[in-house]
Amino acid sequence: MSPRRIDTGGRIDRLRTIRFTFDGAPYTGHAGDTLASALLANGVTLFGRSFKYHRPRGVLTSGVEEPNALVTVLRGEVREPNIAATMVEIYDGLTAVSQNRFPSLSWDVSALNQLGGNLLSAGFYYKTFMGPAIGPLKGTRFWMFCEHFIRRAAGLGRAGIAADTARYERMNAFCDVLVVGSGPAGLMAAKAAADQGARVILSELEPHFGGSANWSGETIDGMPAADWAARTASQLEGRDNVRLLPRTTVWGYYDGNTLAAVERVTDHKERPGKGEPRHRYWAIRAKSVVLATGSFERPLVFPGNDRPGVMLAHAAERYANEYGVLPGNRIALFTNNDSAYRAALALKRAGAAIVAIVDVRPELSSEMRKLADEAEAKSLSGHAVVATEGGKALSGIKVQRFDMANGALAGDARSIQADCLLMSGGWSPTIHLASQAGAKAEWNAARQAFLPPKPTQQWIGAGAFTGSFSTAGAIAEGRAAGLAAAGGTGTPAALPVVEAAPGDPDPAPVFEIRANGKSFVDFQHDVTAEDVRLAHREGFVSVEHLKRYTTLGMATDQGKSSNIPGLAIMAEALGKPIPEVGTTRFRPPFSAVSIGSLAAERFGDLKPERLTPMHDWHVANGATMYSAGLWYRPMIYGLSGETIEQAYVREAKATRESAGIVDVSTLGKIAVQGPDAAEFLDRVYTNMFSTLAVGKARYGLMLREDGLAFDDGTTWRLGEQDFLMTTTTANAGKVMQHLEYFLDVIWPELKVHVTSVTDEWAGAAIGGPKARAILAACVTGTAVDNATLPFMGIVRGKISGVPVMICRLSFSGEMAFEVYSGAGYGTHVWEALIEAGKPFGLVTYGLEALGTMRIEKGHVTGAEIDGRTTARDLHLDWMLSKKKPFIGSAMMDREGLIAPDRLELVGLISLDNQPLNGGAHIVETLDEANPHDSIGHITACCYSPALGKYIALALVKDGKARRGRRAHISDPLRGRFGPVEIVSNHFFDPDGSRMHG
Amino acid sequence: MLITCPYCGPRDVIEFTYQGDGNRQRPQPASQDLDAWNAYVYDRLNPAGDHNEIWQHSGGCRAHLKVVRNTLTHEISSVAFARGDHKAAMRHKAEGKS
Ligand SMILES: [Zn+2]
Repeated sequence: MSPRRIDTGGRIDRLRTIRFTFDGAPYTGHAGDTLASALLANGVTLFGRSFKYHRPRGVLTSGVEEPNALVTVLRGEVREPNIAATMVEIYDGLTAVSQNRFPSLSWDVSALNQLGGNLLSAGFYYKTFMGPAIGPLKGTRFWMFCEHFIRRAAGLGRAGIAADTARYERMNAFCDVLVVGSGPAGLMAAKAAADQGARVILSELEPHFGGSANWSGETIDGMPAADWAARTASQLEGRDNVRLLPRTTVWGYYDGNTLAAVERVTDHKERPGKGEPRHRYWAIRAKSVVLATGSFERPLVFPGNDRPGVMLAHAAERYANEYGVLPGNRIALFTNNDSAYRAALALKRAGAAIVAIVDVRPELSSEMRKLADEAEAKSLSGHAVVATEGGKALSGIKVQRFDMANGALAGDARSIQADCLLMSGGWSPTIHLASQAGAKAEWNAARQAFLPPKPTQQWIGAGAFTGSFSTAGAIAEGRAAGLAAAGGTGTPAALPVVEAAPGDPDPAPVFEIRANGKSFVDFQHDVTAEDVRLAHREGFVSVEHLKRYTTLGMATDQGKSSNIPGLAIMAEALGKPIPEVGTTRFRPPFSAVSIGSLAAERFGDLKPERLTPMHDWHVANGATMYSAGLWYRPMIYGLSGETIEQAYVREAKATRESAGIVDVSTLGKIAVQGPDAAEFLDRVYTNMFSTLAVGKARYGLMLREDGLAFDDGTTWRLGEQDFLMTTTTANAGKVMQHLEYFLDVIWPELKVHVTSVTDEWAGAAIGGPKARAILAACVTGTAVDNATLPFMGIVRGKISGVPVMICRLSFSGEMAFEVYSGAGYGTHVWEALIEAGKPFGLVTYGLEALGTMRIEKGHVTGAEIDGRTTARDLHLDWMLSKKKPFIGSAMMDREGLIAPDRLELVGLISLDNQPLNGGAHIVETLDEANPHDSIGHITACCYSPALGKYIALALVKDGKARRGRRAHISDPLRGRFGPVEIVSNHFFDPDGSRMHG
Repeated sequence: MLITCPYCGPRDVIEFTYQGDGNRQRPQPASQDLDAWNAYVYDRLNPAGDHNEIWQHSGGCRAHLKVVRNTLTHEISSVAFARGDHKAAMRHKAEGKS
């Protein structure tokens, strides 16, 4: 048995031993242990080093509010830093390491920071690095020099660089009543609401339901409170109208009673089950919410209150009662309220010696005196702890007489030997969610705490959350809240009977003992009471400014343990009561949320993907697939040993020499139909469509309302009132919404219907000198000669028995045809075309070759229609009709859009025979050391097999006028500089003789 | 945030696409009044309180809705079809229910 493990009691399973490591050393624990309880059981006192001073730190709490014992959990190469050891359930093989120490936890170089403590007082970073020049060192330059060292020394855990391989899910849930927290109040609320037939969700951030019932040592309905909680939870478990969510933190409360939660599904398991996500993000819409989130015990502020071995009183009580672990053998307590006495008695019963209960209050109630006697503890009322002793573990404390009325210390300090000091500074209701919901907390002088205010959304509070710190109160409030939330009425049966230790819920208004030495307010950020006073002396009077200046309550703590003591000290310095200083508003998240759970199905194997009808064929035939938005498209069909460049050059060359075929099913396709369809197209395109003959297609350009280019594509007139519009792959959705907006909002009188038919059609583009011969060999029912199928003509026929629509248009610059068939026949038609093309040397080509041929032709795509370019910039002004208004026509001629120095589309030829880079700048004068005066940038580049050169398209200032001139590319990021010639964007076959045939 | 689509019922905001300020007045297509076009394309109110907005139920019936939303509280006080009473859709809905 481990040195600090008690023989009996608690929820742990002593028959099941679990092996794990901490900082490389092997340890054992039991099923039911957290990392914190298991390490404490092994006698470990040192859990981490503090943020700034690298002071040794132990574990302060037993729950989610832990500021000190933050560890990094390793799973293979994946690191997860800043996890509270109190929230990690151990499993076989758990590997955890401590943080913020160098070279090791027990021997840390930066701990020397403590000696020069004043150097790192509040505002150190601000004053040193934002301030004026100090000698030759200007503040910001000095920061740049020091940053590396400071970032290494001061901080939390280090994030890993290995990709997170875990799976995450998102769930939407709806309920009548969401109960947050499952202590006695939450359990009663859930039960009462469920009994009314309401749909209930009960969430609990810990692994087990019951909250304080699991360790209070109280009796409910004649049984141990923990058993009562387990029984109540099991009664809820089987119900159809109840969903229980353990290990689930409700971290955000948003408008419309929408709450966000994260469920840690498999963090406690050695490995996830099949298909199990690591975390599940819950978006919960609740008609009403019961907030039964309990309260946090507050530390007291006194010198040495951060030494390992100093712990919150209830945490020690919990370690003893719930985990069977004694955090010390000789325990002292320091308190300003009654709750510590129950803790003393619990630890006494668990086998510890209680050496003293130091209480700031001069008078104790007879009940407390009786509890102290039962615990066989020396009762030191009217005293305070003024120092702690020891290094990496506590060895003793010093106490002095204390006058609560004026904070004065008197008499000699006396030493008491102790290996553990428990403190209790009163309790703060966990009002974070209510604060997020928009409510401003109200100070309660009796409780010395901010209590939740009147709800601004549909929530009801219950239990310690409302300041009702007794279990009997929690049970009564919980049931009332559950009943009210479910809209229930009537008189229910008698309430469960609680037997509990007595105690006054109101603490003495003492937060700090002022004596020599560092007294910590915020343990996580090493903010001391003196730092708060310094901030005040330097003129920070607002609590929000105090927070930013001192970093009080930032990072994972978010004021859970530090908020009220910090405020109290600030209030005293200002000479104002606490409510006038105010509290900060809590914002989501309540506690850390994994980024993975927020991204959920948007990445990994749950991400949706769109596949063309011919996808499987491409994969089976050696295509390297490329993801474009949600689509997957063939990039190249590489032969073995080929580089990407070799593959696309081969594919493009073969297409221009004989023929090539490419899958164009991803193009957006929209059916535009109705009596006013032609009129509508005249309004959305810059050019005329009403004059287009049935059976013909036309290339069209759309502008945005502001006159900039939006999208391009061909539109086919299939009938008098029936058009098939194609859009770029990337803009398919946007164009559809654009059309719908104008039809629904601006021109509802137009009789037009638009339908997205992208997924209805499979498309194959076949181009090259042999393309027509290939079609002639496989198309039946129509001729494909020049007379029947002229440029931009459309015919219907069959391929291998399947009806197809063929339009003669060209993106590659070759004689080319787009063949559309029903999506279900896509592969069948594709294979028939491949088969027919065999004797003609037909190749399949991918996006790279497609891009290469379009660059050679100087066609624009999204890289050039980038939201900043106009039709004129792209030399598409010939498409701007003067006969009619269209979307963007009024705004496109504004001064700035027709200025002579605008970026215009040009071609570039590399003069050093080296590849060009997308995004590289273009300059007139090369200055590698100090690049300046960019005149434009490259939008697309490739090796052109037709020209035998590296070429690019670029947007260049006054580009047209620069044709024939030399310039340089300047790409300092990739170290590529070199001469280029500026030419027309039409590199290849500028008069179009090949495609017109 | 919930938007109650007159056709589909109350739905999460995730199903909708914001389509801009509902106060915009588009000039006649042939208008050459650049000031009017400028106001339509660029000028926006930024009220702290009720705001007229156009939302498309893009993940549902795809209708455009005129929504009055309070920018401080996200409270939605009215939702209507942007193109009017949308008779066809309502008829369709009534038939679906019967
Ligand atoms: Zn709808």
